[in-house]
Amino acid sequence: MATVTLDQVAVPLRAFRLCLSLTVDSTIALVGPSGAGKSTVLNAVAGLVKPIAGSIRCDDESWFDAEAGVFLRPEQRRVGVVFQDYALFPHLTVRQNIEYARRNAADEYLERFGIGHLERARPGSLSGGERQRVALARALARDPEILLLDEPLAALDAHTKVDVRAELQQLLGGLEIPTLLVTHDFEDAAALAGRVGVLVEGELRQTGSPADLVARPADPFVATFTGANLLNGQADGTGGGTTGIRLGDGTVISTSDHGEGAVTLAVYPWDITISNSRPDDSAMNVIAGLVTAVTELGNRARVTIGSLSAEITVDSVRRLGIEPGQQAFASFKATGTRIVASKGGKQ
Amino acid sequence: MRRALGVGLVVAIAVVTLAFLTLPIVGIFVHTSPGKVLDQFSSPVVKDALVVTLKTSVVAQALILFFGTPTAYLLATRRFPGHSLAITLVELPLVLPPAVAGIGLLTALGHYGLLGSSLSALGVTLPFTQAAVTVAVAYVASPLYIRQAIAAFEATDSRLTAASRTLGAGETRTFFRVVLPLARGGLIAGLALSFARGLGEFGATIMFAGSLQGVTQTLSLAIYYEFDQKFDATLAMSGLLVLISAVLLLTLRIALSWQRSPSTRSQSLFGLSGSA
Repeated sequence: MATVTLDQVAVPLRAFRLCLSLTVDSTIALVGPSGAGKSTVLNAVAGLVKPIAGSIRCDDESWFDAEAGVFLRPEQRRVGVVFQDYALFPHLTVRQNIEYARRNAADEYLERFGIGHLERARPGSLSGGERQRVALARALARDPEILLLDEPLAALDAHTKVDVRAELQQLLGGLEIPTLLVTHDFEDAAALAGRVGVLVEGELRQTGSPADLVARPADPFVATFTGANLLNGQADGTGGGTTGIRLGDGTVISTSDHGEGAVTLAVYPWDITISNSRPDDSAMNVIAGLVTAVTELGNRARVTIGSLSAEITVDSVRRLGIEPGQQAFASFKATGTRIVASKGGKQ
Repeated sequence: MRRALGVGLVVAIAVVTLAFLTLPIVGIFVHTSPGKVLDQFSSPVVKDALVVTLKTSVVAQALILFFGTPTAYLLATRRFPGHSLAITLVELPLVLPPAVAGIGLLTALGHYGLLGSSLSALGVTLPFTQAAVTVAVAYVASPLYIRQAIAAFEATDSRLTAASRTLGAGETRTFFRVVLPLARGGLIAGLALSFARGLGEFGATIMFAGSLQGVTQTLSLAIYYEFDQKFDATLAMSGLLVLISAVLLLTLRIALSWQRSPSTRSQSLFGLSGSA
């Protein structure tokens, strides 16, 4: 398997400058808000954008080197790109789309992706999932040294997304090609990649396994991106092994982390329990409030109480009869909280 | 009651407008018939004018295609200093009164014109030749094609050309296999517009090429010159031009609906908004 290395690659964007170093030797996901420069990273690797500094290598082959004046055009690099919305040629059939990448390769890839029955169809008549398979088949028919996926699941509706994600997960797992994918959705990134990098304003804030990013987010941004609730407050001193954090509304939250001064606390939605009456258990933190929204996502539901988001099963929502406008209690343990930023500078 | 009156008024105005636009065409065909049109082909004036018109139009449109397409592609895909100036220059003949265009061509390419001496040195004399008709038509009609072509090229999805490049196709192959097929509808529409404009060319042609029967006299010119002598021939030639124009208009509509079909990206009618 090849290794693609980006070294201090810099591309000026409208509001900031993208600058990053990254080694792609397995499946890596870049996550970040829109406009963070994620697609630009892919374009730079594909040769569709020429950086102003740094270098990009594929094993020993230089694809771009600002100092040596090397810049291989896209057709000279072997990259397989699956564009957002797939960018299939609308005037060509599925078979012709695949053959565009490599002659005589269509049969093999039509079969491998189970799209043989679509070979005469034009992209306009395909479903989202089918389009993705054609796009992947076409990208892989190029026999690439690196696979680039731009928001592979963004073009799909929520219902198809789950199936297509599982399919993609299986496919990427069986590929012997380094893969760089970008998405704005941490969940997708965690499902598809073993390593995730958080890109904010053109800068890699943190790289690690999805579990790492959830357990030890480097800053509030990474924390929100991994789905955490963020609570800002003032550390109120230590008592009995925990730190009390006084929030703006006077509520005091206990955390097993240590911090001083103004701090930001992360709590994950799946660590929060919802109940109809004030619970009496080991959870040290209980926040009472009105339920403002209940959003179902498959068999799970997001319940919003004040500024807190909790994730519980749909079964529990039904059992407790939770509805917007109702009084409810959100509780979580002191050990379920992380201080992700403090004025003292814990970064 | 008042509302019904308002609606009625608008409908009446629309009917008047449509009648105003179609009556002249009806008039031509009331005074002539397909049989009469065909009869007039035995008249040498009509025959010569038709041959001159077709010859010069086809050559002019071929030149417009050959020079206009790469120019339009460049203007649609590259941004460079002076880009909007280049667009303005392309559009210049569109707003120039045709007679002025004719004078301009004379002062540029005529015997005593800017390039006149260089052309005579090469043994080329343009004014009052059939080549001059072609030049006049190409000059006046080219903006219609180029503008439409720029819009068509701009409307082709840049991600598709990017995809083509990453799939191993160079710029040339990408142009012929992706850009051209996708822009096809817009290009044909542009050509139909340009062809129609070329057929009606009068002012620039008469200034630069004159009206010599069998050499430079096109249908439009012949209609004018036969007007007070052989009204039947005039009507027949007009009928013929109406038919050709109708075919061109139909081509235009079909080509544009092609361009706007759901499989490609949408584009404004005539694409006249997207060029500047």
